Amino acid sequence: MEKKTPLFHIVKRDTMPLWKAWAVRLASILLALVVCAVFINSVTGLNPLSVYASMFDGAFGTGRRIWNTVNDAMILLCIALAITPAFKMRFWNIGAEGQILVGGAATAAVMRYCGDSLPTPALFALMVVVSLLCGLVWGLVPAWFKARWNTNETLFTLMMNYIAIQLVSFLSIKWEAVKGSGTIGVINQSTKAGWIDTGFLSGIFGRFNYSINTTLILIITLLIFVYLNYTKHGYEIAVVGESENTARYAGISVRRVILRTMALSGALCGLVGFLLVSGSNHTISVNTAGGDGFTAIVVSWLAKFNPFAMIAISFLLTFLTRGAGQIASDFGLNESASDILTGIILFFILGSEFFINYRVLRSSRKEKEAE
Amino acid sequence: MEQQNAIECRNLTKRFGQVVANKDVCLTVKKGEILSLLGENGSGKTTLMNMLSGIYYPDSGEILVDGKPVTIRGPKDAFALGIGMVHQHFKLVNVFTAAENIALGHEEKGRYDIRAVAARVREICDKYGFELDPDKKIYDMSVSEKQTVEIVKVLYRGAQILILDEPTAVLTPQETDKLFAVLRNMKADGKAVVIITHKLHEVLTLSDRVSVLRKGEYVGTVQTSEATADSLTEMMVGQKVDLHLERPLPKAPSPRLVLKDVSAMSAEGVRTLDKVNLTVFSGEILGIAGVAGSGQKELLEAIAGLQPLCEGSICYDDVRTGAAEELRGKTPLQIRDLGIHLSFVPEDRLGMGLVGSMGMIGNVMLRSYRSGKGIFTDRKAPRQLAQRLKEQLDIVTPGVNYPVRRLSGGNVQKVLVGREIAAAPTVLMAAYPVRGLDINSSYTIYDLLNQQKEKGVAVIYVGEDLDVMLELCDRIAVLCDGRLTGLVDARKTTKAQVGMLMTRQEKEEA
Repeated sequence: MEKKTPLFHIVKRDTMPLWKAWAVRLASILLALVVCAVFINSVTGLNPLSVYASMFDGAFGTGRRIWNTVNDAMILLCIALAITPAFKMRFWNIGAEGQILVGGAATAAVMRYCGDSLPTPALFALMVVVSLLCGLVWGLVPAWFKARWNTNETLFTLMMNYIAIQLVSFLSIKWEAVKGSGTIGVINQSTKAGWIDTGFLSGIFGRFNYSINTTLILIITLLIFVYLNYTKHGYEIAVVGESENTARYAGISVRRVILRTMALSGALCGLVGFLLVSGSNHTISVNTAGGDGFTAIVVSWLAKFNPFAMIAISFLLTFLTRGAGQIASDFGLNESASDILTGIILFFILGSEFFINYRVLRSSRKEKEAE
Repeated sequence: MEQQNAIECRNLTKRFGQVVANKDVCLTVKKGEILSLLGENGSGKTTLMNMLSGIYYPDSGEILVDGKPVTIRGPKDAFALGIGMVHQHFKLVNVFTAAENIALGHEEKGRYDIRAVAARVREICDKYGFELDPDKKIYDMSVSEKQTVEIVKVLYRGAQILILDEPTAVLTPQETDKLFAVLRNMKADGKAVVIITHKLHEVLTLSDRVSVLRKGEYVGTVQTSEATADSLTEMMVGQKVDLHLERPLPKAPSPRLVLKDVSAMSAEGVRTLDKVNLTVFSGEILGIAGVAGSGQKELLEAIAGLQPLCEGSICYDDVRTGAAEELRGKTPLQIRDLGIHLSFVPEDRLGMGLVGSMGMIGNVMLRSYRSGKGIFTDRKAPRQLAQRLKEQLDIVTPGVNYPVRRLSGGNVQKVLVGREIAAAPTVLMAAYPVRGLDINSSYTIYDLLNQQKEKGVAVIYVGEDLDVMLELCDRIAVLCDGRLTGLVDARKTTKAQVGMLMTRQEKEEA
């Protein structure tokens, strides 16, 4: 008989028990580490274990590094939380980057112009409100066009990013610290007005003021979880995301849901801009968002829109980035080498989802042989 | 003389995850015969045929063509073996002509010559008695013409074995007769024809033998001459089924919905409804018949407030208040705020009536989630309703939170119909509510509609099986190209008469 039978084929699996699914995911990370080890050893001749130790050291080696890792993970988490309502509605908001920048720019403006004149509580209130509003407007513009004329929101939100970047470059020149430098430098360096980690807030939180960002974002995580799963708005978002026809059938105004959800999504991104500028950077540049607006999309999807799963995933991704940076400097490796390691690990994590949903079967060769 | 076997399946098995779609199925098709493949939805007919046409690859078992074992790895292999399948949903390029569609994807040696293709298409048409213009564009074609293109396409590629998946679902009775004549010509030519269908009377008039599948397993094959509708049903279901439908006389009917000159336009500016005048009475089942796409969907959506009218009015007579409310220009929400309970079972169950990724609770909330104050949804009452529906309608689901998308067609429909009836409607509209359902589920749905009718609800039933409509409905309104071409008493009319009304427009123009 002809040897045409395929070697294996793919079959959809029954739903896997939760513990087993997590076991597969864990196994995939371990396997990824093994593959990375082989890669490291064969290319650089280094001991993989010392490389891994250096990664860990880079992320958690000192108190300062832990604080950086936590802070970065929290910012990434907050962006992921911000875009999740939009993504759940199947509105592809890839404009988080721009929404963060305008929120940050607005915060910087308030710090610069009102830092000396306003009392601290009013200053903070103003920064929060303005950053929320700017992000909201940035999110609402593409949503309005989508709702009104059904424009493509992917392109629209993407292009809004470039406008935001241009806006911030313009401000960088306008507000530049040293003539010709093109950078703003640290805002209110002497007075520290509008810095989250100083001023009246540290008076309230004392030495815990570093955890203000974290606490705030964890509260937002809980709120988003409740909003998506237990409120009427959250229900409407799920219905619109599943099928606009079903939403119309149920009497839901699709337009209103799109506008409302994007307003929320944009405003939260704007708030991230505030947290970045006031909470850690104390300045703004076109790199303030640093691509996190896009990485957050990965976080949101990998977590299947579950805010609590997002905590774990943003930590993992931040750990990888931080650790990769550390090994690059410790071992004199090119940045690309650490990117390859990150890539291998992500590939295995994503690949594990395939094995959770499908099974690969060897074709019935035995039967054939038996005949 | 003993007929030769064109195709033979031995112990074919195909699994999809937990589901065994085909289990050790054996089937034989002879040359020069028409074989009906009968089975309820989900019994594995289409899976079996997809394995023959190379879309799926069997997990185990073997296929023999002309007595030789073969391996079919893809549609190309199937074509090479002379197996051609006509799918239920057409796979044609709209902006191409018939001949271009037929040539598409067929690799012939030499220069691409569309005239030669057209000439051969004409040859095939003459031989078997098709009516087809090879130069006509697909978008200009009626559904039955498109189907003809699909059939000619597989013949053009030299198919000796034709598989047709529910070819009559979209045809009028007259078009069906034409198709059957062509199929008989093919049979006389020595080709093997396999036809998948639900309609028992078609099986009985057309085929030589009938093979029956039940729940993925092969039940048996009988000579059509020795079969009856009742015996075939019993084979399909595995038990005796009473095919009789109750039809009580309407009790004290009064006008509930009055439609005057109702007209609507599609987004492309085509008139989908053209001056429809119709009165719907309480306590009756009004059937809407017509070829697919004649305006049935638009009519129901217009009443439900989902389709804007460009002309006309829809008037609702409220029995309790005696007031007449104009529904035109109102959204579904505004209609409900008037206290009017319109229930609507749309044709596209998962795309319009339900949210596939949600469980029963999420879905029964769809109509009522706004109730209650505050920003939070109330899940208690929907949970109780979901539990009640599950018990009352025997909905098979692992749990009320299990995504409805993963339920079988019959259970999906029970969730939808159950929710709509639970809203205590005064008007109940159902579009193709039994499409894709097995016989027992279908009769459950018919019973539910009859119960509503007896409660005095005005029931509007859009159907495709005229035999059922003639037994179930009180009156039948016939639509053709968006126009109302007839309104007949279902107790007195015949299938042929309704069939004539379904195509009247075309006849007048011709």
